[in-house]
Amino acid sequence: MPDQTTFADALLDADHPVPEGLSDAFGHKAGKRFDIYRNNVAVSLTQALETGFPVIRKLVGDEFFKAMAGVFLRAHPPEDPRLQLYGRRFPGFLAGFKPVRHLPYLADVAKLELGLRQSYHAADVVRLSVTGLTPEAVLVLKPILAPASLVIRSRFPIYDIWRVNTKADAPKPGTDPQDVLITRPEFDPGPHLLPLGGVDMARHLKGRMTLSEAMAPALALNPKADISALLSVFISTGALTLDRTDP
Amino acid sequence: MASLLVAICYLNQLGEIKPMSTAVKSMAVLGAAAAAVSAYGTEEAHAQEQEKCYGISLAGENDCAAGPGTTCAGTSTVDYQGNAWTFVPAGTCGDIELPGDRMGSLEELARDLPG
Amino acid sequence: MLDVTPRTDLPNAVGIGYKAQHFTDVMNAPGAVSWLEIHAENYMGDGGRPIAQLKALAERFPISVHGVGLSIGGEGPLDREHLSRLSHLCGWLNPASFSEHLAWSTHEIGFLNDLLPLPYTEATVARVSDHIDQVQDAVGRRMLLENPSTYLAFDETTMEEVEFLSEIATRTGCGLLLDVNNVFVSANNQGWDARAYIDAFPLHHVGEIHLGGHDEDEDEHGRPVLIDSHGREVVDPVWELYRYTITQSGPRPTLIEWDTDVPPFAELEAEAARAAAILSPVEA
Repeated sequence: MPDQTTFADALLDADHPVPEGLSDAFGHKAGKRFDIYRNNVAVSLTQALETGFPVIRKLVGDEFFKAMAGVFLRAHPPEDPRLQLYGRRFPGFLAGFKPVRHLPYLADVAKLELGLRQSYHAADVVRLSVTGLTPEAVLVLKPILAPASLVIRSRFPIYDIWRVNTKADAPKPGTDPQDVLITRPEFDPGPHLLPLGGVDMARHLKGRMTLSEAMAPALALNPKADISALLSVFISTGALTLDRTDP
Repeated sequence: MASLLVAICYLNQLGEIKPMSTAVKSMAVLGAAAAAVSAYGTEEAHAQEQEKCYGISLAGENDCAAGPGTTCAGTSTVDYQGNAWTFVPAGTCGDIELPGDRMGSLEELARDLPG
Repeated sequence: MLDVTPRTDLPNAVGIGYKAQHFTDVMNAPGAVSWLEIHAENYMGDGGRPIAQLKALAERFPISVHGVGLSIGGEGPLDREHLSRLSHLCGWLNPASFSEHLAWSTHEIGFLNDLLPLPYTEATVARVSDHIDQVQDAVGRRMLLENPSTYLAFDETTMEEVEFLSEIATRTGCGLLLDVNNVFVSANNQGWDARAYIDAFPLHHVGEIHLGGHDEDEDEHGRPVLIDSHGREVVDPVWELYRYTITQSGPRPTLIEWDTDVPPFAELEAEAARAAAILSPVEA
């Protein structure tokens, strides 16, 4: 009599024999009938990863991605039933997966793709608008990053890599590191290149500091930061909100 | 160009700027804010144009369909620790140049993997 | 005496499994589609388009919430967090119906994303009934439990599937969701007689009927195995079985499911119209 542990172990590892006590209902021990369940699990989770990480798939190719997904899904099945969140551990997995050790940027690109999905499902808030405000009034606002806004720091040109694999006629990636700000102005999230100091400024946008105060540590850490570019990216992309209600 | 002109006009009208306590104090900051306001302080027409609800979802949908039956790769075991891993990345990763002199090309794979 | 209490607030009309790509079509020209079913797990985010779409749809259509991941047949305890997400969704949406599957999908290692089979024994009846009690308490409404498509059999099984489902409905007060395609698929795979299954089924407990397409495969003994793929039209013998079912049960809310290789809305609407043509003449 197979318990669900035995069943689950055999589902995820085809080297396990089909559990005892299962038949095809016509007098034979279950063989291919059990494989149907094995296939359902492996294929459906592979598809979830394929649709969740299209750029990683493009970077490594379809065949490689499928094989790698097979390893990942067996090591890290979804932690809960919401497939929309599946792959939270994929960036970390990529960072340690030896067959892609020569592609060290994959983990950060995967973080970007995961971030787009997280942003897609994040809570709705009223975005900060500067319409009708004076520059002085803007600088004393104390906004926070909207729930759908995410910052990803990277040592690699992940914005360029993402773009060249998703947009026609995008320029070839350079080699400089790129930080990314994901925002969702309405319902469709998108990544934006975060200028120098952006990560540090974002870190201080917690609702305690004004915009100009939040720029100070960013400038101190990055003397070459362009304040105009910093303000511009956070304001123009709808990254900020004054709404602090917990969804 | 237009936003720069607006920013300059704005600063002239303001005349005197009160120092902000712990903030970055400079005309440049105010200038940057003025530029941001003039560039993004109009009604965001681009966002309004979006049809509110239309659009397909971003990946990862649950459903209750069953998969591809008895004949597919879901039953193969993949051992990447041993010698069984024979797959080689064959996508666009070969086009990516890494910082330094390491190229994300396929030759790297041979060099990196233990023989 | 037959219990004739309606099991859901869905109309005795035809609905479809909602797909985001059909939003505009459904809102503008639903045709034969009278109500919509959503998979609960896809609407458990905090916001964004899925929730906005659902709110707009719920103003126009009765909504059925169909869970696919609760693992009611699991050996372990129910996932309290998932149950609370379900409860939250049903709380704000106030759907016309809530249903889940007779299956398990979550184990200690995680969520396996498939509707896995159960042995039909007294012990399983007790466990599933206990879980359904918890679900109905948490969600605050009666749920419908759906009969599965199965591909293998358990030696330890001591009850017929119909007997098993009837016992659970009696113990918990839950209604049943009768998936006619699943009956057809399982009957083929298990060597049952599909009409005899319908004849034995406690049809008065049925609050909803599902119809969907299946694929045909073959096992290593050359026997045809049907797979519940939801990736094509409902086949003629399943339409016949549906007609047979509602002739006996009376009209029931009926759903067309199409989850993979999802066609343009017009094709799905045509399936709904076909179901409506069978359903409408049936008198209560």
